Amino acid sequence: MKSIAIRIFAAVTAWLACSLPAMAFEPKPAELGFQPAASPNMVRLHAFHDHLLMYIITGIVIFVFLLLAWVVIRYNAKANPVPSKTTHNVLLEIVWTAVPVLILIIIAIPSFKLLFYLDRTQNPDMTLKIAGYQWGWTYTYQLPPAEGAAANTEPQTLEYNALVIRAPKKADGTLGTPEEDIAEINKYIPEGKGRRLLETDNPIVLPVEKNIQILTTANDVIHSWTIPALGVKKDAVPGRTNETWVRVTEPGIYYGQCSEICGIDHSAMPISLYAVTSEEYDAWLSCASGGDGDPRSCVQKLDFDAKYRKNQKAHEVASTTTQPNAQKTGASE
Amino acid sequence: MNAAHATTADHSHDHAHDHKPGFFVRWFMSTNHKDIGTLYIIFSIIAALVGGWFSMMMRHELGDPGIQIAGNGHNWNVWITAHGLIMVFFVVMPGLIGGFGNWFLPLMIGAPDMAFPRLNNISFWLIVPAFLLLAGSVFVDGGPGPGAGTGWTIYPPLSSGGSSGHPGLSVDMAIFALHLAGASSILGAANFITTVFNMRAPGMTLHKMPLFVWAMLITAFLLVLAVPVLGGAITMLLTDRNFGTAFFAPDKGGDPILFQHLFWFFGHPEVYIMILPAFGIISHIVSTFSKKPIFGYLGMAYAMTAIGFVGFIVWAHHMYTTGISVNTEAYFTAATLIIAVPTGIKIFSWIATMWGGSIEFKTPMLWAIGFIFLFTVGGVTGVVLANAGMDTSLHDTYYVVAHFHYVLSLGAVFGLFAGFYYWIGKMSGRQYPEWAGKLHFWITFVGVNLIFFPQHFLGLQGMPRRYVDYPAPPVPAEMQGPLHNPIEKIKWIMSNEEYGFHLFNYVSTLGAYLTGFSVIIFLFIALWTVCCGRRVSGNYWNVQPQCMTLEWTLPSPPPFHQFDIQPKIK
Repeated sequence: MKSIAIRIFAAVTAWLACSLPAMAFEPKPAELGFQPAASPNMVRLHAFHDHLLMYIITGIVIFVFLLLAWVVIRYNAKANPVPSKTTHNVLLEIVWTAVPVLILIIIAIPSFKLLFYLDRTQNPDMTLKIAGYQWGWTYTYQLPPAEGAAANTEPQTLEYNALVIRAPKKADGTLGTPEEDIAEINKYIPEGKGRRLLETDNPIVLPVEKNIQILTTANDVIHSWTIPALGVKKDAVPGRTNETWVRVTEPGIYYGQCSEICGIDHSAMPISLYAVTSEEYDAWLSCASGGDGDPRSCVQKLDFDAKYRKNQKAHEVASTTTQPNAQKTGASE
Repeated sequence: MNAAHATTADHSHDHAHDHKPGFFVRWFMSTNHKDIGTLYIIFSIIAALVGGWFSMMMRHELGDPGIQIAGNGHNWNVWITAHGLIMVFFVVMPGLIGGFGNWFLPLMIGAPDMAFPRLNNISFWLIVPAFLLLAGSVFVDGGPGPGAGTGWTIYPPLSSGGSSGHPGLSVDMAIFALHLAGASSILGAANFITTVFNMRAPGMTLHKMPLFVWAMLITAFLLVLAVPVLGGAITMLLTDRNFGTAFFAPDKGGDPILFQHLFWFFGHPEVYIMILPAFGIISHIVSTFSKKPIFGYLGMAYAMTAIGFVGFIVWAHHMYTTGISVNTEAYFTAATLIIAVPTGIKIFSWIATMWGGSIEFKTPMLWAIGFIFLFTVGGVTGVVLANAGMDTSLHDTYYVVAHFHYVLSLGAVFGLFAGFYYWIGKMSGRQYPEWAGKLHFWITFVGVNLIFFPQHFLGLQGMPRRYVDYPAPPVPAEMQGPLHNPIEKIKWIMSNEEYGFHLFNYVSTLGAYLTGFSVIIFLFIALWTVCCGRRVSGNYWNVQPQCMTLEWTLPSPPPFHQFDIQPKIK
């Protein structure tokens, strides 16, 4: 089914991804390409983009640039005072029609394979239901059936909302400064590790190495749920349920941001996800669903931050109002 | 292009014999295609300044993390909406189609005017109130605040009347603006089609028409087929908002995705409506300054026809993440990839036209070569985005923004500038200063690439479109703002910021300031040219006989009524 080339590319990319030290799955300021891959979906997207499309499009651009450069140097009025009278060349025209067709076929075949692979998973281990609303996400987990429950019992669910962590809006509706946002984030997340406009009060927690069916919908306007490092994006459309899937291969912290314009706070409804081991996931799910705390405090109780933010570099805030020391003494509002 | 050996009348007679009407009648009740073309061009420049002002504010806002001048996300959404709608409907379309199309289509086919001169006048005077309505909508209550913050795509339910959408009057005003602009376009297109089919000089068969006329003809067909679909979609939206229908309201059984299908059935041909006239202009310029007839004329004409046709069957590639079925996505992937073939034919034919030529690098030629290269860059990112699977990563990110600005801002707008410098002497009878035109080109070229190339990187890293603020750590006060030494600031960002999208947003903003500066240069050039530029002859580019189109057989500017004796094409 899979071509050998794609297999090799995928393997190489996966190896590269795993061998990078201290990798964090978050946007970086000076990066020129994709975020590192942490799912088979994204590994394939990497392979298709980095190892096929980039070569082709870079080649075409260089080819056109060289042709133009040659024409400019060789056929300027000084170098070539008498223009030729050529108006057509049938063979040449056939070639520059046929060769692009071949290139497109080379692109299309792996493209279709990728498309059908990304579509959905046949055997989901679990389902995460996601509903977008202005301006946050509602996540619904299906709980494992209670022991001794009848087979036809309605399954219990864990459902909670996830909102961006940022400084509260001021009385006149204006937003807080980035420093104030960071001060607020520090209440939830070990200092300097929280990412501005990416952290939510209640994160998603998912187990690694499970096929997770994702169902998206929306309550009001269209939103779009995405996590770049996992190669997943699906619109959340009111009145519809869309399906996609993900399988996280690397434990860690992942971020995404709403990707369909949805109103005044479109840029402030991020997605934050902790991918943890199955045991940790079970512990978190029973904590969060058993009344032992909200999803975030269960994350704190189970100390996921110490373990999974290890690779995230702390960011020192270079501002007098939000010195780390000031935070510890409770200076944030 | 086929040689158009014209046997025109002697046009050296005095312009006083033109019987030009008085100022008011001439400019406000105009039925002369050249005057209406001039009005369109002036209108397009004014609208470009307004639309460009919005983009300046947007780039300034994104120069640093945090909110600088937008106040809140709604104001931001209003800016991006206004910027998009203005640039599409009130800059590129009036400039290329209304401006250059009106001016040069009749001249090139040897016609005395357009087929329906008064309809032509209505077309122009519909677009002025359309623009005023759209500009006014920015100040009228939209719901979340003043203005319509829906994006130029006006997707419901965000654009609907519910409390989570835009209950205010602003969106209705924007819809009426689009109705008027659409009516203007449809009437104009009908006029162009009739003119081309009925008023060509004897001997000018379709296969002898200049490529700009071909481009305008295909564009006109796209307009009459696509714009009514937009008109239907926004009328349905209007009745959803005001009269209780539920075409797009999911809570009443409607479907918001239906709107997206209708919108993009218009919207995708629309992008070819914007670029095809530029293709035509570039063909003429490349041929003129290479002193060679266009290479593969028939291939060029039918490549545009193919682009126009395929442009109608690829619309859902804007909707890969909406949940349309995977088989549908596969079809639209295949159909979209096909567009690269005729586009490639055009690129290679332009280069082949230059090959063997004797090229003079006058300002219009610089814009044309810039166009060919940058359109290629925008084209190959289009090939990337055509893949539905790839779109999982790239849909609605800055990669898309970079892509469509490369083909529009660096494509269609380069076409506008190329046409301006190529024909301003013909239109005004006065020539721009060559050194100033070249300066304008180079500053713009550097500026726009600085804006848009880094946006590919932002998109690949995952930055979504239409964001007023992006993840990045706070920046100390002394580092903020545009006045800081850029090298120092870039170094600071790279060594101090652990995460986020600051670096390339900042670089992009620097490019915007440079491009803004180039616009000021252009305004000076334009004003200086029409007031005090050097007077030029009829064929001031010394267009060779084998590249000749009929406009160069007339004096500059052409007489008020041209072709008193009909030219004949051999």
